[in-house]
Amino acid sequence: MAQIRAREITKKFTDVSAVDGISLTVWDGEFMVLLGPSGCGKTTFLRIIAGLEEQTTGDILIDGEVVNQIPPRARGIAMVFQSYGLYPHFRIRDNIAFPLKTQRVSKSEIKTKVEWAAQLLGISHLLDRRPRQLSGGERQRVALARALVREPTVFLLDEPLSNLDAKLRASARNEIKQFQHRVGTTTIYVTHDQVEAMGMGDRIAVLDHGKIRQVGTPAAIYDDPADRFVATFVGSPPMNLVAWNGGHLGFRPEHFLPKDMIDDSAATEFSFCVDHAEYLGSERIVYGRLEGLESVQEVTAKLPQAHVPLASIRSGECHAFAVHNSNLCYFDRNGNRANGHS
Amino acid sequence: MVALAEKFRGRTSRVSFVFDRPRILGSLFLAPAILYIFALVGVPFLLAVYYALSAYTIYNPSYHFVGLRNFIDVVQSDIFRSALLNTFIFTICSQILGLILGKFGALLLLRPFPGRKIVRALIVLPWCVPIALATVAWEWMFDSLYSVINWTLTAVGLVTPATAPQWLGDPHLAMLCVIIVNAWRFFPFAIVIFLAGITAVPQDVLDAATVDGAGFWRRNYQIILPIIAPIVVVGLIFGTVFTFTDLSIVYLLTNGGPANATQVLGNLGFQIGILSGDVAHGAAVSLFMFPVLLGLVVLMLRYIRSREI
Repeated sequence: MAQIRAREITKKFTDVSAVDGISLTVWDGEFMVLLGPSGCGKTTFLRIIAGLEEQTTGDILIDGEVVNQIPPRARGIAMVFQSYGLYPHFRIRDNIAFPLKTQRVSKSEIKTKVEWAAQLLGISHLLDRRPRQLSGGERQRVALARALVREPTVFLLDEPLSNLDAKLRASARNEIKQFQHRVGTTTIYVTHDQVEAMGMGDRIAVLDHGKIRQVGTPAAIYDDPADRFVATFVGSPPMNLVAWNGGHLGFRPEHFLPKDMIDDSAATEFSFCVDHAEYLGSERIVYGRLEGLESVQEVTAKLPQAHVPLASIRSGECHAFAVHNSNLCYFDRNGNRANGHS
Repeated sequence: MVALAEKFRGRTSRVSFVFDRPRILGSLFLAPAILYIFALVGVPFLLAVYYALSAYTIYNPSYHFVGLRNFIDVVQSDIFRSALLNTFIFTICSQILGLILGKFGALLLLRPFPGRKIVRALIVLPWCVPIALATVAWEWMFDSLYSVINWTLTAVGLVTPATAPQWLGDPHLAMLCVIIVNAWRFFPFAIVIFLAGITAVPQDVLDAATVDGAGFWRRNYQIILPIIAPIVVVGLIFGTVFTFTDLSIVYLLTNGGPANATQVLGNLGFQIGILSGDVAHGAAVSLFMFPVLLGLVVLMLRYIRSREI
């Protein structure tokens, strides 16, 4: 187990900055998620930590030691790739054993460790098959077993669930999280899926255009976004942004409720005209406009089905809605979070 | 939509949709290729089989059937047996040399460097240049008097003009020469095959191997080569078939000499069947290559199937 530090990492591909001055510390045993849209530099940053890419400037430290010049194999890391990177010509047993063979571990020890890893991930019955004979979920477990078998100090996972179907993804998410808790290895997990990030990460680093926009616990990222990008990237539907005093006022759709549901007087009231609604079973997503402001503002409300009857909010109607003041976020004209609103 | 449905409803005849059936349309599309292969490969092959079983010569063009007599004659000939051995040596050595050059050439061309595109274009030259032209150039390089190779060796002091190697005069060196020229001709093809194979290996697999601790050699020989082996074997099948049946390099460079030291089946068949006019024995020599090559190709194809990943 180890602590990882990145100091002012930059990576330029000809004229384009893929990573633009990232500094980040991942604590010993922590599950850190790098979250961002496609092309934001999160995978490049992970590959720099692994040593698969060389940074243009900056330092990577593993357990306090600068590893810039150390090749990937000597960094004590293990990586799981998006397409798993299994060796197609090897049986599963040899796939898992490969990192041990390169370290010239004895045959008896390799056998013991392969069986231990396979048992831990429930793939003992697959050891004599080849990767092409396995399902996506099984391949992903093999990749994890191969990463685990060398007992690394750091796990790097690059969107390992993106090739799985929705149902399998939910169970694999849970498995990976439990597995990480059990082995306690420092883990960096790259994803563009906010549900994965929120559900798995001890902390999340939100990236955009090669920069870190915010680092914090899932709750902090969601409830207290540092800027407009984080506010709108995390959350589904995203945070509503309303032009306000030269900046923007933000509030989550689930905090935007009929006024009579908010009993506190410290609330901001809006006139909400409904355009259309989506019925999602436990809740309803209502799309509409705010009236009476400088301009017409499109917003979304997420209404709990149990508390707001279907008949009470209909298309074409206008209703008094409100947001509790503690749930309002104000962003200045540059998109950065400001302390309050007036 | 209604109009479209009406239009099709009107066409009730089954004949109207005959070309919609994959079996009929597929057969139609395949027919020209099958006819072409039959006319240009099948007919000459059957004719060669017939010649080999007859007593046909250009002086006495009779189709008198003699059974396997011609085959027995050629197998009993010392020249044929040495040509058969030479053909194997020539094919195997030049393929191995070509593959080694191709592998390293591909690895060099994968790395970015200034002018890589030009080098990639130039590297296929040996493959594109007419073989007659290229072999004449090589012949001058191996010439007993004007060899630039010998000039260079003399200039650096490795040999003297008196001890300079007689490239095409010495039996072993002459075989080496035809192997070198054939490998030189084959290696651009090998480079293309290796480049296609290596670039098709998923980056994730290569990265995984790097992270798992595989260095350059282990990555190349335990990961990349086994993955691209089926593609390389396909290239090898082409190379083997073309080299085993080739006569041009031997004919132009040594004409089988000195003293049949570089004689190969293709050249021997040509000499007996065409130059000497003994078509029946020439056809028997040439046909001997067929079962050998068939066996080799079947073995290679079975290997590819066993390596399917």
